Amino acid sequence: MCLGIPGQIVEIIDKEALIARVNISGIKRPVNIACIVSDDHPPENCINDWVLVHVGFAMSRLDEDQAHKTLALLKELGEMQEEMAAIESSQDIMGD
Amino acid sequence: MKYVDEFRDPIKAKALSDEIHGLRDVLIHNGVMANDKALQLMEFCGGHTHSIFRYGIEQMLPDWLELVHGPGCPVCVLPMGRVDDCVQLAEQPNVIFTTFGDAIRVPGSEKSLLQAKASGADIRIVYSPLDALALARKYPNHEVIFFALGFETTMPSTALTVLQAANENIKNFSLFCNHITTVPTIKAILDSPDIQIDAFLAPGHVSMVVGEKPFEFVADYYHKPIVITGFEPLDILQSIWMVLKQLAEQRCEVENQYARIVTADGNTTALNAINQVFELRKVFEWRGLGTIDHSGIQMRDKFALFDAEKKFDVANIKIADPKSCQCGDVLKGVIRPWECKAFGSSCTPETPMGALMVSSEGACAAYYNYGNLPVLSAKRQQKHRQSIEVSEV
Repeated sequence: MCLGIPGQIVEIIDKEALIARVNISGIKRPVNIACIVSDDHPPENCINDWVLVHVGFAMSRLDEDQAHKTLALLKELGEMQEEMAAIESSQDIMGD
Repeated sequence: MKYVDEFRDPIKAKALSDEIHGLRDVLIHNGVMANDKALQLMEFCGGHTHSIFRYGIEQMLPDWLELVHGPGCPVCVLPMGRVDDCVQLAEQPNVIFTTFGDAIRVPGSEKSLLQAKASGADIRIVYSPLDALALARKYPNHEVIFFALGFETTMPSTALTVLQAANENIKNFSLFCNHITTVPTIKAILDSPDIQIDAFLAPGHVSMVVGEKPFEFVADYYHKPIVITGFEPLDILQSIWMVLKQLAEQRCEVENQYARIVTADGNTTALNAINQVFELRKVFEWRGLGTIDHSGIQMRDKFALFDAEKKFDVANIKIADPKSCQCGDVLKGVIRPWECKAFGSSCTPETPMGALMVSSEGACAAYYNYGNLPVLSAKRQQKHRQSIEVSEV
């Protein structure tokens, strides 16, 4: 639950509730983006942003190169398995 | 695999390790370190503990530097009574009890959440509090309770979920709030008479939320260097070098190694959500550490409708840890995990007795999974013999 996993914002699902669909290592799920939007960076500008996702919340933007590096390292060492399993099993709750 | 190759950069790691080793003379010369006494550096965060073992970082460090693995694993410091409270909540009729997977195997006095699930309670592992809220929407005739755990890293997620639930006027969703907060805990460690930490690595993702300022007291009042640290192996090595360099140069300040993620002021949206929904508890009980003033978080009265402690009858059970379990001494850095009598015998990751063995971020599980067990066992026997000799004298 403390692990942050990089993901890329694919589309905005709900502009009011600030929910976007984020591709996290091949699985797309709804993620709250309230903590990374601002007047200077409104939701519509967030498409394709790379973000660090903690328990379904985008907590920080990060550059693409950094995102790939972090993902590769997490994957190679099998660090993401538990989180990814939890994301996958939540698909039937969060499916829309 | 180009990225991994780059990160594993053995040349960079070796250079940092050499720099660290090279600080010895100046540390002794400046009187920071006595010839025969190792410096103690605490990594507060369980994520750091995990990385340190996963990448074998201790093997790259000099023997005059000892890493003390701090209490920053929220699952590990959860007292047994809170697990019992969870089981009791989960076993009420019509309740769907939701939790992060990390907490499901933590032993209660009678059973873990996993065992309660096996005996029929509706307990579900979710990835996010948002999933718990989705369950509440999906099952309007059930009460959905989310077991809110974690330091400031996960607090914004539960706060924003409660704000969303309030916004949608969802009435069958509540938090069982067991969040804990970092600063009072570091303060308690610094005030503890049996702990002598020379410097700290501050948690990177907590800092992402709260910023740099909350850690200034460590440098200003306690005169200890502290470096906000990322989670990759080179991040940790670089931070160790930075914090030792502060000691060598007789400086103490908050430095930010993880600036690619952490800003000076933290995340304003996250902090606002936390402040809206939560407030400090007067006291909170920690496994092994006893109670620490203002270290726990509760929901503000305004959100009583979403507070499982107000909505349901929570017994607030107090259970002492098993006598043979020395999690508390390990958390304080008084003993190393392998010095605990239960380590690797009655307490293993498969059948954990103490919480430090349950979570992969717990110091004991890290030693068990990545340490050299025969060597550790020999060390324990040697230490045991020494203590017998001392007591015989």
